[in-house]
Amino acid sequence: MSVNAKPKPVARKPIQWIDLRGRRVGFWAYLAMRLSGIGLVVYLYLHLVILNQLTAGPGAWDGFVALARSPIFLALDVVLIIGLLVHGLNGLRLALVGFGIGVPRHKTMLWIGVALAVILSVLSALAIFSKG
Amino acid sequence: MTMTRHFQLRIYRYKPGSDPHYDTFSVAMPDEANVLDAIERAWDDQDRSLMFRHACHHASCGSCGLRVNEVEKLPCVTPVTDYPDGATLTIDPMRNFPLVTDLAVDAAPLYERTREVGTPIMRESEPLRENGLRVLPEGIADFNRFENCIECGLCLSACPSMAADPFYLGPVALAMAERALAEPRGIDRQSIIDLIDDEHGLWRCHSAFECTEVCPSNVDPAGAIMRLKRIVAAKKFKKLFGR
Repeated sequence: MSVNAKPKPVARKPIQWIDLRGRRVGFWAYLAMRLSGIGLVVYLYLHLVILNQLTAGPGAWDGFVALARSPIFLALDVVLIIGLLVHGLNGLRLALVGFGIGVPRHKTMLWIGVALAVILSVLSALAIFSKG
Repeated sequence: MTMTRHFQLRIYRYKPGSDPHYDTFSVAMPDEANVLDAIERAWDDQDRSLMFRHACHHASCGSCGLRVNEVEKLPCVTPVTDYPDGATLTIDPMRNFPLVTDLAVDAAPLYERTREVGTPIMRESEPLRENGLRVLPEGIADFNRFENCIECGLCLSACPSMAADPFYLGPVALAMAERALAEPRGIDRQSIIDLIDDEHGLWRCHSAFECTEVCPSNVDPAGAIMRLKRIVAAKKFKKLFGR
């Protein structure tokens, strides 16, 4: 038995990475995990850039705080919370099944995660906009 | 009385050197027929240049895998009654395999991968009781599901990680690796673990479970991969804590 030779690669096109045709719920969770992950990484860098304004003094920071209270920015806060919930709850499910826990119930866990994400997102949105 | 259903088969066509396109064939099939019968009818009556892989017609050889309306199917056991009379069935080749022509793909990537883990599903001769009945080893029922793998490749076609990483070992080889580790029969366990504990191995599986969803033999390769992740993670933890 040879364990050194790698299989021959099959040519891939970038569009194949997001081939949505004929997919089932597990794929949509897979896609949501990737999109939310990319979104959270982008957010992290934006967050660091914005925090950098603190070095420009109180005037610059007050200007940003006023912007952060606008409805569009508050809506982006809700999007951020949705991304965190999707990535965090699905990540918990993947960690469990990756350790062989609850594998036959992975779809049930997924739907519980979706339900929790929806409920917590709605509650978060209500809290944000009622105080905004 | 046998009922007849009419279908439009919209079949992917590709010949080397020409542009891919779809050809449409009208077929009338009895309710007892399967989708492979319909494709053969189109070939037999209308276009002998249509190329597709098939052999046994009863989900044993695994050679006829393709996609019907975008979903991975084994057409020899997919009844036409799954689709309404008058439906258009779009027939495409499997994803993630090199296309040879029309619906025929080169299955070599599947066999190259299974060869790497030693295809550990062959059983040696089993002892017989005095009354002639077989004596099955204790616990063998746990392995029966994987013994049912017909190597059709539908799991590789459906796997999104397979689409992202051309070097990924894929569901069949990883499930075989789990089988080998569970019942090694003299196989070098460490060489299997070295093979799968790799960025193109076990950790490339992102748990979409598409492989298990499309498996026509209910083999559950995703479940096997999850058990494999637990085995390898446990080894890593033990190594981390010096045990």
